[in-house]
Amino acid sequence: MGATASQLDKGMLSEYQELTFLTKQEILLAHKRFSELVPKEEIDRINCRIPMSLILTLPELKSNPFNERICKVFSTSDIKDGSLSFDDFLDLLSAFSDSATLEIKSHYAFRIFDFDDDGTLGRHDLEKLVNCLTGGTDDTNLTPDEMRQLIDNILEESDIDKDGTVNLSEFQHVISRSPDFVSSFKIVL
Amino acid sequence: MEVDPVFTINSSERITFIPLLDQLPSYQSLLYRRKSSTIANKRRGSSRSRFGSIGSVKSTVSTINRHDDKEPEVRPIRELTMSMKDKRREREKRTVKAQDLGNWGQWQRNTRRYLKRMKEDSEDRLNSMKLWRRDIHQIEARFGTGILSYFSFLRFLVVLNLIIFLLMFCFIMLPIIIIPYTSGNATYSHPDSGNVCSVYPSSARRGLVIFHEHITDLLSGGGFLEQTYLFYGFYKVDKIHYPSCTYNLALAYLLTTISYLLVSLIWIVKRSATGFKQNLVKDEDSFQCFCNKIFAGWDFCITNEKAAELKRSSLLYELRTDLEEERMKQEKAKRTRKDKCQIYTVRFILNLFVIAVLAGCFYSIYLATTFSQEHQRNQVKVNFIVDLIYEYLPSIVITMANFITPLLFSVIINYEDYSPAFEIRFTLIRCVFMRLTSIGVLLFSLWSQITNCGEGVKCICGYNATLYSCWETRVGQEMYKLTIFDFIIIAAVTILVEFPRKLIVTYWKSGFSKWWGEQEFGIPQNVLEIVYGQTICWIGTFYCPLLPAICTIKYFFIFYIKKLSLIKNCRPSTRPFRASSSNFFFLGVLLIGLALACVPVGVSVAQINCSQACGPFVNYTTSWEALPTAVSELSLGPKNFLHALSSEAFAVSFFVVSCLAMFYVIALAGAHKKVIKQLKEQLDMEGQDKRYLILMLCQAQGLSRPQPSSSSSKPRSCSSPSYHTSFNSDFPQGLLLVHPPPNSSTHV
Repeated sequence: MGATASQLDKGMLSEYQELTFLTKQEILLAHKRFSELVPKEEIDRINCRIPMSLILTLPELKSNPFNERICKVFSTSDIKDGSLSFDDFLDLLSAFSDSATLEIKSHYAFRIFDFDDDGTLGRHDLEKLVNCLTGGTDDTNLTPDEMRQLIDNILEESDIDKDGTVNLSEFQHVISRSPDFVSSFKIVL
Repeated sequence: MEVDPVFTINSSERITFIPLLDQLPSYQSLLYRRKSSTIANKRRGSSRSRFGSIGSVKSTVSTINRHDDKEPEVRPIRELTMSMKDKRREREKRTVKAQDLGNWGQWQRNTRRYLKRMKEDSEDRLNSMKLWRRDIHQIEARFGTGILSYFSFLRFLVVLNLIIFLLMFCFIMLPIIIIPYTSGNATYSHPDSGNVCSVYPSSARRGLVIFHEHITDLLSGGGFLEQTYLFYGFYKVDKIHYPSCTYNLALAYLLTTISYLLVSLIWIVKRSATGFKQNLVKDEDSFQCFCNKIFAGWDFCITNEKAAELKRSSLLYELRTDLEEERMKQEKAKRTRKDKCQIYTVRFILNLFVIAVLAGCFYSIYLATTFSQEHQRNQVKVNFIVDLIYEYLPSIVITMANFITPLLFSVIINYEDYSPAFEIRFTLIRCVFMRLTSIGVLLFSLWSQITNCGEGVKCICGYNATLYSCWETRVGQEMYKLTIFDFIIIAAVTILVEFPRKLIVTYWKSGFSKWWGEQEFGIPQNVLEIVYGQTICWIGTFYCPLLPAICTIKYFFIFYIKKLSLIKNCRPSTRPFRASSSNFFFLGVLLIGLALACVPVGVSVAQINCSQACGPFVNYTTSWEALPTAVSELSLGPKNFLHALSSEAFAVSFFVVSCLAMFYVIALAGAHKKVIKQLKEQLDMEGQDKRYLILMLCQAQGLSRPQPSSSSSKPRSCSSPSYHTSFNSDFPQGLLLVHPPPNSSTHV
């Protein structure tokens, strides 16, 4: 049960506080921002979903190169179109909040980086990741040689069992020794 | 990548769904770990501070050791990686289970939850009162976490200075202020009027005072400001006698000085502890630098479109630089002997040149200080402006030296052929050294003036009493001038240089403006500026107790000036500063400043005779003497204990014990590193073994069965929770039977 009625009641608020890492203020703010995005005719429908295109108009997600992946990962819709309900939205904010644990963050980061959804980060995933980070256009991409050298380096650093892909455990191991991850993997409304 | 032809991995082909793999214990344990935790994590993993989540790493790692003695399902629901719907279901399941606990158990649970909620609420409220929260959030959104670290460092300094000021106020100024209102009876350190050392002429201006003389006084700390709470010379109270006890103000002055240095040290070390650990790990063979850049490279806080573009280009630049550096390293290994000799000679010459430049700067600071002091002594008034310039001459020379030398160093470093990362660090070290040592040189030249009584004549009072009747106030005045000048320069440069630069570059398109370019917010130089100011504050607080308050106000205004400059004039630098390493860098430089500040304060307290004409230490030879005198007045027990603490035996044994502890910890770290390496190799071997065995098994199974159709091989991903395994799929099983596949991807 989600809520898009104009007010969140106290019981729901404390339930969300227990199930997410967000504070009361943050949940109320999230509810406000979510309600602003809901189209007028659906404002009273419980558990309505907002399509991905509307979510991506949020300033926090607009200029993020991973915005579509984020929506797809947190979306629980059956047709896998990246639409988010209020519950999904809170899940998103909770994973990206200041007080989420490293395990949660690394788990979701892994899923976001896994472009083909196969459970590991293969060479193809890593290539796509690098292109997202650098810009994606022809003149901002690395040359094929540089890309190969880069991916070889990444695999050398993170692939412990030398199978050519990075699985979740290896990813979490790398992330736990990365000092910048927690401070950069953060979205605050 | 694999070399063995049997197990070569090709990313385009993968192996089929093999039901055997599902039954492997490793996979089962992953599933179990996901559903209900074997890793109990009772506490909330992180606090609400910025680096809170790093703390959760510690807790996660430490709880792995405890996992076998805690029952599952103690993990808080919000730490489970499920969607909201699943979390609700889990919660209902737990509530049903908890109802079996009985009333006592339920009450326990409820109270625990209530207390936790209270704690979170109060932490939240405390956090919302943090200074400049919204401003910093704005900056973070536009410029990322690298520049943010500079501003939170500035905020830290504001709070630190406030605490230092409160210390000085409560223990030194407050007792003096409340003397008229309480029953205290103060004994003053009245100088012996017959002694030639105790003459202190009043410097207050008499007669008609022209307005600009007030300004001069305000800017130089002389005149009407000299005999105020601002400077050391005003504190004439020695002891305050109350009916029940005596408050030894001289001792309090000394102890407060020591304590503010200690408080700063402890606070900085505490703050840098996390950064230091990570930096130590990071510096080992440029550990993991590519993974960090790719996986943790994007700043999710950025909301500005332009900033996002800049971030992308800076990431690209960083990656290209790192790849190039790697290639250079490989080339460097191929360097010939002759090349090496050449490079070392060049480096040696350039380092000599750098030392010569530094020596030249220090000498000019020395000259400027002596000239300025002579002029102040002679009291020849030329002109209002010229007088002010003569007063501020040391500050001006220091600022000019600090402006020119970084440019010089950044040009020199290009010829020394170091790796890019080392270049940045080395230039920074040189600039830090330059900035902080210039203060030391200033103080040294001041002291040489103070203790110089003429050619070959020994000073009667221990210092030149005729020229400097109250030398501590004079030193305090110099520190005060440095602080004021520093603040004026920062404000002036922002308004008079950066603002016009932005206007020129935006509106007048020419070759010149393209060459000059937009102002970059160079974090290292800005940090050096404020560390320089903080070092002056630490040194000057002993002579000028109100200086921390002045510095607090100064940094408060600097925050807004810098924020304005950042938003209006600057663009983010192309060479980004990593947030974590920058934290360590800032606090490291601050510690160097603190260490450098302790030296002058220590020398002046312990070595140089305190002035006999002013201040609370008139009855002692040196300021330090107040402490042994007070200790000798204590009763026998504490006295012997304190004597034992300060004896050589204690100091030597303490030193030996700390050395042993350090060696032990270093040896432990080395041993752990070795173990990790061995375990990694073992893991690799295990993976290969398993692959081989499974392959053999499947071949054996295939040989004893008729050929299966390829339609039985289904892609794995849609049927399994694939995020917790690492098995790939989509490989036609038929190929297994014909010949060993050239690839395999079954692993732990």
